[in-house]
Amino acid sequence: MRPRPRLKALLPSVAAALVLAGLAAGCGPRPQTPAGTPLKVIQNKGSDTMVNLAQAWAEAYRKVRPDVSVEVSGGGSGVGIAALMRGAVDIANSSRDLKPRELEEARAATGKEVHWYIVGFDALAVYVHPSNPLEEITLEQLEEIYAEGGRITRWSDLGVQMPEPRFDRIIRISRQSSSGTYEFFREHALRNRDFKLGSNDMNGSKEVVELVATTPGAIGYSGMGYATPRVKMLRVARKKGEPAYAPTMENTVTRRYPIARSLLMCVLGEPEGEIKAYLDWVRSDAGQQLVEDNGFVPIPPTERTRPMPMTPTP
Amino acid sequence: MNPHDAVSHTRQGQPVEPGRPRWARVAESFIEALIRLCGVSAVVFVLAIFLFVFREAAPVVWSGKVNLAEFLGSIEWYPTSAVKVRYGALALIVGSISVTLVAMAVAVPFGLGAAVFVSEFCGPRIPETLKIVIELLAAIPSVVWGFVGMTVISPLLVRYAGAPIGVNLLNGGLILALMSVPIIVSIGEDALKAVPDSYREAALALGATRWQVVWRVLLPAARNGLLAAVLLGVGRAIGETMAVLMATGHAVQIPHGLLDSVRTLTANIAAELGEAPVGSDHYRVLFLMGVLLFLITFVVNLAADLVVRGIRKR
Repeated sequence: MRPRPRLKALLPSVAAALVLAGLAAGCGPRPQTPAGTPLKVIQNKGSDTMVNLAQAWAEAYRKVRPDVSVEVSGGGSGVGIAALMRGAVDIANSSRDLKPRELEEARAATGKEVHWYIVGFDALAVYVHPSNPLEEITLEQLEEIYAEGGRITRWSDLGVQMPEPRFDRIIRISRQSSSGTYEFFREHALRNRDFKLGSNDMNGSKEVVELVATTPGAIGYSGMGYATPRVKMLRVARKKGEPAYAPTMENTVTRRYPIARSLLMCVLGEPEGEIKAYLDWVRSDAGQQLVEDNGFVPIPPTERTRPMPMTPTP
Repeated sequence: MNPHDAVSHTRQGQPVEPGRPRWARVAESFIEALIRLCGVSAVVFVLAIFLFVFREAAPVVWSGKVNLAEFLGSIEWYPTSAVKVRYGALALIVGSISVTLVAMAVAVPFGLGAAVFVSEFCGPRIPETLKIVIELLAAIPSVVWGFVGMTVISPLLVRYAGAPIGVNLLNGGLILALMSVPIIVSIGEDALKAVPDSYREAALALGATRWQVVWRVLLPAARNGLLAAVLLGVGRAIGETMAVLMATGHAVQIPHGLLDSVRTLTANIAAELGEAPVGSDHYRVLFLMGVLLFLITFVVNLAADLVVRGIRKR
């Protein structure tokens, strides 16, 4: 009867994992403070898509300015903006444009305007297997493939002949429902409709690309930084008959590529002191190098360390 | 056997040893209390975990935001929908059960076969080596099994089984079978060893072949122990998380065949809990799934326990 205790132990451990996961949701890693140094702390919260990038910035900035500590946490773009209005954080990260309602609320609650800075761009590439003859796709077709009630279920519906008939069924690779990438894709490709049930929901951007690479009938979406030679990126057109664009850095910056977004950092009022210094550094060449290292698109050199005009983007 | 007998025995025994110093007796009672605490703490922990999970789940049911009939009867799992949030867990429940059934269909014949071989047909030295190797299987971490499923079994299924996607029900079932075989073998072998030799001798004396001894005498005699072995294997399979998260494809759908992707309750909790806002409906529904899993594993373990107790009485 030796293995029995092991099994009994399994039961609490499952529950303990639940408890730990719950705790982990509440707290992010804190940078250690060297003893004796008076620290200026900048609180930075928001987008989960940007959280790795924001961490990388915070770590690199400690080398530039050891007396300033940037504390980063995720939670989502909306959570970050809400925290900014409450005054809980100094900088909110957002991987989507701010809603007019949010701008008004901030004005009403704090009497200050929200200022935001574009700190990089992200393009969602649509990946297929290299053996798939398809080269381009429209947003409408993506919606028919992915959205609940959409009619396209086979590659032959798109006029594509797959090398083997058993790969004709479209295998939809998606992200888990709490991911910002999932939300962005839902908003911009599916026009906020729900996904069809039965998609394979991966837990990371990299997993999507890996599964597409081993599944000939698959289609998946993920940040363009995750491309490998074993998958093919499709050109995407807004509508049938319009030109399709590849997810390149240039097409992303000019917004010709339809599923691209700006990465923003938002502050209340005109930024001053250490916060301004940090934002300037993020938008300098050193900060933008990290944007590229993390698989995003940096802002063009001509626009670095220069504030954006303060008009809301549509 | 009974711990209370053992305790009262030592207490009665104390005056018989006049030479024992006082500190030894104090130390002994201290250690006794410590051991008792360890024993009780296991019970306290299990109860506390259940209470915690239940408390987190309860509000969403009491408030009527989630209809239990919908939770158990609908396949529509849209926890973060922008249009209409729906919490139907049927596909996940079916996913958990189907993966477990596939795993047991593979693991029970192999596990019981190996148990019969080790206990009845092996030479004198082989069983020890075999048992060590089989128990080593149980020591492999589940994330490694998931890795094997994703990188080894998945391409094989695509190439040779004609699967459109390699991470599916069959893949998850095979991985879980490999994980539960060691448990079935060790407990099954113990059950067979517990059958008195007089049974075997009597059967052989009556002229039974070895096959007849196993089939007609040993298996019926060890029935309860073997059933317990299978039930503990089921408990292992249904509670497993990481390996199925990686190997089943994580798709919300009722599988129509072995080569369809599924999602299990455990994998869904692991994937979504980390990013569900604490206290939200989504968070509470995930805990409700935890309660459901807890009840399932509790019933399975209890059944196994009662069956094992049935053996001891005889």
